[in-house]
Amino acid sequence: MTPTEQYRALLTILYKEIHRFMRIWTQTLIPPAIMIMLYFVIFGTLIGKRIGQMGGFDYMQFMIPGLIMMSVISNSYSNVVSSFFGQKFARSIEELLITPLPHYLILLGWILGGVARGLLVGAIVTFVSLWFYDLSVDNWALSIFVVVTTSILFSLGGFLNALFAESFDDISIVPTFIMQPLIYLGGVFYSIQLLPSFWQTVSLANPILYMINAFRYSILGSSDLEALGFSISYAIFMIIGFILLLGSLCLWFLHKGRGIRS
Amino acid sequence: MKALSISNLKKEYAGGLQALKGIDLEVQRGDFFALLGPNGAGKSTTIGIISSLVTKTSGQVKILDIDIDENHSLAKKKLGVVGQEVNFNQFEKVGDIIRNQAGYYGLSFKEARENAKHYMRKLDIWDKRNEQARKLSGGMKRRVMVAKALVNNPELLILDEPTAGVDIELRRSLWDFLTEINENGTTIILTTHYLEEAERLCRNIAIIDCGEIVENTSMQELLTRLEVETFVFDLTSPLEKLPETTRFNMVLENPSRLKVTIEKGQGLNSVFNSLSELGIEISSMRNETGRLEELFLGLVDSNLNDTK
Repeated sequence: MTPTEQYRALLTILYKEIHRFMRIWTQTLIPPAIMIMLYFVIFGTLIGKRIGQMGGFDYMQFMIPGLIMMSVISNSYSNVVSSFFGQKFARSIEELLITPLPHYLILLGWILGGVARGLLVGAIVTFVSLWFYDLSVDNWALSIFVVVTTSILFSLGGFLNALFAESFDDISIVPTFIMQPLIYLGGVFYSIQLLPSFWQTVSLANPILYMINAFRYSILGSSDLEALGFSISYAIFMIIGFILLLGSLCLWFLHKGRGIRS
Repeated sequence: MKALSISNLKKEYAGGLQALKGIDLEVQRGDFFALLGPNGAGKSTTIGIISSLVTKTSGQVKILDIDIDENHSLAKKKLGVVGQEVNFNQFEKVGDIIRNQAGYYGLSFKEARENAKHYMRKLDIWDKRNEQARKLSGGMKRRVMVAKALVNNPELLILDEPTAGVDIELRRSLWDFLTEINENGTTIILTTHYLEEAERLCRNIAIIDCGEIVENTSMQELLTRLEVETFVFDLTSPLEKLPETTRFNMVLENPSRLKVTIEKGQGLNSVFNSLSELGIEISSMRNETGRLEELFLGLVDSNLNDTK
């Protein structure tokens, strides 16, 4: 395929993916907005007032970057895993496999679809949060970079999950038993400086902690990372490292036909 | 130029099942080719390998002289495939499904729209373009599959049982459509369980059984091998008893239906003459089974006996 043909094919996959999640907007866009609103009402307005300051900021102010990131991570992941597995299940993935599309273009199309939904939901959550708190952004470029790369990373994770999944149960195991605990223990609602030193060390093994804190740093200008002796560039390096690792794995398994060819 | 060239193609599935045992097959450009075989013979595996849905164990596949391993992208541009089962997102609109398929081949939006429109009109689904595919009947979904496979104007079209489970009206309209696109230069490879379909449409034929090609010849040549043919005659006046004759093998199925088996070389005229001499009047006649069906069963049965 010529570069122009590849570009058109990529746009087609992206259009199809965006069209898919927009068609079912009551399942994809509204629930995160409602969930985040409830978090703000319960943890921000009702309980947050009693908590006071967290990491040197109002509790609601502290919580907002974590909640935005949580929405971006879970929506990027679930968009790709449900869409790609759905196509595998309905055998409509064959539509793509019989075409001249190279594997990297198939992967890129789904990743861009996941990023599109992740960013759209992230924007909705940000908009909702502005109702509750007058948020200002310390470093726009860094915040956009972190949110986009994290969305890419979890879209890749969703793709890998979908390649290996053989039933609908398989696409809910990783989000339920691995991602959700890591997100909630990654410092969305609390500063890990509150933890005893042993659990602080354990928390440092959680890669999502670095992503949430890098984003928090870009919004608030401060996060747990510096306090624990890590620079933001370390977090960025980690995100990019994971993107390269998961991206290579996805391409390798696509090439081998894992889960899509007999 | 050959539209398809397969040499020593083997496929062994995990678990040890040898679906293809080293088949060789050539289809000339412009041909209308039938690939027949019983269920599990290896037809769909062969098509799966050509269309990259199945990974081959070994062997070579060329589409219009392009090796699918060496220039995968170019080879696939020449190919359109209609799968055995519905394989599109049924929650999408018919028009979107077909236009998107064109997009995957890298066609511009304008080309995609025009090609989709052309084939939707040709296949009588233009009125359904804004309907969700899941609301269509089985026959309509089949038409969508065909339109989708043609939207990139492929030079080689493979149809895996395209008329399975569709009504006779649609089957005949699809036959006419396929004949038309074949006359316009598209090479067609057809697998089907309706042998009269293959007999009517195809010029050349291969029969695959147990992962091996057991016959590969022209339809005409194959049909000349038929040793006996059985005809069923509907009689104008009922017969109480079968008249005695040694010329043909005759069975009175019921008082109004006579079954006559004639051997190669015995023309139908001699049957008519004999029946006329016996005072039997005929109102209509037909083959008991298709000619190809009789040959097919013979070839598959003999291969089964050989492998036992």
